[in-house]
Amino acid sequence: MPVTTKVVKQPNMSFMVRIYFPAIFQGLALTGWHFFRNLTLHILHKFDLFKDVPAAVTYQYPEEKRPLAPRLRSRHRLTKRSNGSPRCVACMMCETVCPAHCIYIVADEHPDPNIEKRPKRFDIDLGICVYCGFCVEACPEDAIRMDTQILDIAAYSREGMYLTMDDLLNPENHGAIVLRDPKRPQPASQ
Amino acid sequence: MPTLTIDGKKITVADGTTVLQACEKLKIDVPRYCYHPGLSIAGNCRICMVEIEKAPKPAISCQTLSTEGMVVRTDTEQVKQVRSHILEFLLVNHPLDCPVCDQAGECYLQDYYMKFGLYDPKFNENKVKKQKKAFPIGPTIMLDQERCILCSRCVRFTDEITKSHEFGIVNRGDHSEVVVSKEFVNPYSGNVADICPVGALTDRDFRFKCRVWYLENSPSVCPGCSRGCSIEIHHNDRKSHRVEPKRVMRLKPRFNEEINKWWICDEGRYNYKFIDDNRILLVKGAEDWPSAVKTLASKLKNLAALSPQSAAFLLSPQQSNEELFLAEQIFAQLFDRSRLFLVRPNALGYQDAFLIKADKNPNTAGARALGFSYAENIVDLLSGEAEKGKLKALYIFGQDIVSLFGDDARKLLKQLEFVVYQGSNRNETAPLCSMTLPAAVYAEQEGTFTNCDGILQRFTPAFAPLPEAREGIQILHDLAVKLGIKCPGPKAREIFARMAEKAHAFKGMNFDRLGRMAQEKAALC
Ligand code: SF4
Ligand code: SF4
Ligand code: SF4
Repeated sequence: MPVTTKVVKQPNMSFMVRIYFPAIFQGLALTGWHFFRNLTLHILHKFDLFKDVPAAVTYQYPEEKRPLAPRLRSRHRLTKRSNGSPRCVACMMCETVCPAHCIYIVADEHPDPNIEKRPKRFDIDLGICVYCGFCVEACPEDAIRMDTQILDIAAYSREGMYLTMDDLLNPENHGAIVLRDPKRPQPASQ
Repeated sequence: MPTLTIDGKKITVADGTTVLQACEKLKIDVPRYCYHPGLSIAGNCRICMVEIEKAPKPAISCQTLSTEGMVVRTDTEQVKQVRSHILEFLLVNHPLDCPVCDQAGECYLQDYYMKFGLYDPKFNENKVKKQKKAFPIGPTIMLDQERCILCSRCVRFTDEITKSHEFGIVNRGDHSEVVVSKEFVNPYSGNVADICPVGALTDRDFRFKCRVWYLENSPSVCPGCSRGCSIEIHHNDRKSHRVEPKRVMRLKPRFNEEINKWWICDEGRYNYKFIDDNRILLVKGAEDWPSAVKTLASKLKNLAALSPQSAAFLLSPQQSNEELFLAEQIFAQLFDRSRLFLVRPNALGYQDAFLIKADKNPNTAGARALGFSYAENIVDLLSGEAEKGKLKALYIFGQDIVSLFGDDARKLLKQLEFVVYQGSNRNETAPLCSMTLPAAVYAEQEGTFTNCDGILQRFTPAFAPLPEAREGIQILHDLAVKLGIKCPGPKAREIFARMAEKAHAFKGMNFDRLGRMAQEKAALC
């Protein structure tokens, strides 16, 4: 096989670049500007001044949240009808399509015969969930969404990662970090 | 014997065969809603249209008789269009209920829409709404008139098969609807949910329990009465590890020309709860299985040395032929053959002229063929012997003698030195016994039953036994090994082969010939 070669030209560096002292001072100036700017702003913030000008470019997590794209898949929630009951009709499409088998639904008779079916139990085990969003795609009722923008989910036990229907209907009830009592009623398991 | 050509293939059929049946023989799929092989032909759903040469327009194949030289086409553009238009008409008033409909997944509307429909709906008007959505019409069945496509299968079933005439279709045109004349209470009511091709009639017992696509289905034999109908066990293997461990979701009839055709009775259909509920889970009276078998073997040996009459064995017609044969092979070597009693575990029940038999045991005929006959007043007999000190031990195979015979049985169990209970479900007798062995149920083991007409059917395990439970033949075989008795096993096939050599009624039979449908007739003695 013939060897093909490509001649790469060295970039032509100017004198100013080659002595590199100007670049060092440029860098120091930039760092210094940010240092003194942030220092001043932080001190001013302490006195409740210029609060709307952010001091550092880092987000002050967890007090301050980074803006997220609206289509980002975050923690699930179940949407509600106008009367507050879940929209879900327990068709189990999401449970069927879920590649991680982390959804668990038990169906029940709905008191309104025109709706017929509702979930008695709707659990998602976030410890297994792969956040693929298939459940949202599969749902014929727009009953499950992944738009809570909650990303930080932590628990002290595997059981703590289990979301019940109540958690899913009221995602706001759990602050940013889910801290669970491991002794709460657990899903039946064998 | 006309010969006709369907889609270019020639076939000769018997006189009186319809075009649809001829298509079926050629494995050509013709859609149908109202046609059911077990019912008369109604010809009202119109979806089975085919093109027949020289006929002016497409004709329904379910009602057209095959004639000599007929040329039928099922695959032309016109047939396809006709099918999709008819489907559109059938679905005009059909609600979009699939997410909440129990039929979804086994619904012919869904199947045929995906296969033959896929049209662009042109219906702009509002769908007809019924006043009442789904409502129960009896203890077993739910009716949703909005979903009904008026195929009249249910009407024909109650007119022709059960002759109870509960269903009817009233009013005309857009107003037609299927109604029941009275509460739908019928010993065969569950079948209407099976034959309804859509979700109009659904089973209340199965309602919302499980989506059908989760179900595995295993062929089996109903143990509910001596008819021994062929059934399918529908079990959910996907969810069982997370839900309360219920495996069986429902039972369905399995077509068997010689026994039950397409039907089963409700008693059999809903007789599955014992498979998962109230089971005996652990060995009692010994640490574990090996030590239980060891204790049992040494006890039986000692008793046999004492006297060949010192123990009694209560065999049950719920046991398979293999289990009964094996029990006889083992225990008749240690004790007198007359110490093996066949005891009915339940009372005689309702029967009719169609399927249901009064004898609620699947293998009475098999036990008879193996030379057993029912022992009457068994508890009185054994109590007498126990009082005299002749009887020391009892081995019970699943009979709940305390509920059957009351205090007499309780007294008997107290008098005896050693009582073994081998059974699948908890009852009043088991706790009074000195040793309890958890046995598998029919759905967990392999074997054969002989039905009331002497037809032998083989059943295979739908799933593995519960962790501690063991197959009846396995328990007996282990015991035989410990006792040093030579016997076939532990697989049903090996025991059956020996039985076919030794037992007169099973002479020359072959286990492998007993396939899914498979029957051999046993000589009933
Ligand atoms: S797919 Fe939607 S309606 Fe169906 S069970 Fe899931 S959340 Fe409920
Ligand atoms: S009958 Fe069939 S098409 Fe109609 S709602 Fe039920 S599953 Fe869907
Ligand atoms: S209820 Fe079912 S079986 Fe009866 S006519 Fe309607 S679709 Fe046919």
